[in-house]
Amino acid sequence: MKGMTIIVKKTTQLIAGLVFLYGIYIILHGHLTPGGGFAGGVIVAGSFILLILAYGSDILHLVREETGTTLYENLAVLIALLLALSGLLAAGVFFVNWMPKGVPGELASAGTLPLYNIFIGIEVAASILSIFLALVIFKEEISK
Amino acid sequence: MELGISVIVIFMILGALYAIHAEDLLSAVIACGIVGYGLVICFLLLKAPDLAIVQIVVETITLIIMVAVVLDSSREEPFGRLDGKGYVNAVTALLVMVILFYFFSTSIGSLDPFGEGTLRMAGPYIDGAYEKTGSVNLVTGVLFDFRGYDTLGEATVLITAVLGVLTILRIKGKI
Repeated sequence: MKGMTIIVKKTTQLIAGLVFLYGIYIILHGHLTPGGGFAGGVIVAGSFILLILAYGSDILHLVREETGTTLYENLAVLIALLLALSGLLAAGVFFVNWMPKGVPGELASAGTLPLYNIFIGIEVAASILSIFLALVIFKEEISK
Repeated sequence: MELGISVIVIFMILGALYAIHAEDLLSAVIACGIVGYGLVICFLLLKAPDLAIVQIVVETITLIIMVAVVLDSSREEPFGRLDGKGYVNAVTALLVMVILFYFFSTSIGSLDPFGEGTLRMAGPYIDGAYEKTGSVNLVTGVLFDFRGYDTLGEATVLITAVLGVLTILRIKGKI
C-alpha cells in the first residue's frame, strides 16, 4: 500500500514516539495503576502500526521486521516460562512470587509481577505486530 | 448509572442490528465499532479501567484491519434470494436457537442470585491480595500471581494465533 500525504507523515512522526512511551509507561506501572502487560503491549504495537500505515509498506522492507517480531515473541514467552520455573527452583512451587515484596506503591515492588508484566508486554506487542506485518506482506506479494 | 448503561446498551444493539442489514460493508464495519466503543464506556461506568484500556486499544486496531480488508475487497455484500435450501437452513437455525434458549433459561434458574457466587470466590482474593502479592493494582496481582496459569494460557493462545496466521498467509513453500 502507498503512504499518505506529508501532513499525515509529519503528524505521525510527532505522535508515534509519545504513543510508544505511553505503552512503556503502562507496562512498567502495571502493578501500580490500571493497565499491565496486555494493554501496554497492544499500545506499543499500535505505535508501529501507525508508522507503517502513514509511510506505506512499499518503501519499507518489512520481511526483516517480521523475522524480528516472531523471534522476540517466542523469546519473551520462553523467558516468562523460565521465570515461572525459577519459582519452582527457588520456593518449590511453579509460578510462585518468590522475590522480596518491597514497599507497596513503589516502582520496584511486588516481587516478580513487574518482570512478568514486561515480558508479557513484549510478547503481546510482537504478536500483534507480526500478525499485522503478515497481512501487509501477503498483500504486497499478492499484488506483484 | 444503570440508566446510562441501559442507554448505551440500546445504542450497541442498534449498531449491531445495522451492521447486519447494511448494504455497504464499510458502514457495517463502522457500525461494529459502535458496539466496541460502547462496551468501553460500559466498562468505565462499571469501574473497570483495566478492561477499558485493553478494549479501546484492541477495538481500534481491529477496526483499522477490518477497514483495510473491506477497502481491498468488494464493498457490496452479495444478497441472494431464498430458495428451498435456504428455507431449510433458516428453519434449522431457528430451531437450534429455541433449544439453546430453553436450556439457557432452565439452567439460569439453578444459579445463585447475581453477585453472590462470584463474591464467595473473590472474597479471599480481595482480603489477602495486598499482603500476599505486594501489588497495589489488584487485577495484576490476580492475573500474574493467583491465576498465573491463566495468563500463561493466554500467552500460548496468542502464540498459536500468530503461528496460524503465518501458516495460512504465505506464498513461498506452498504447492
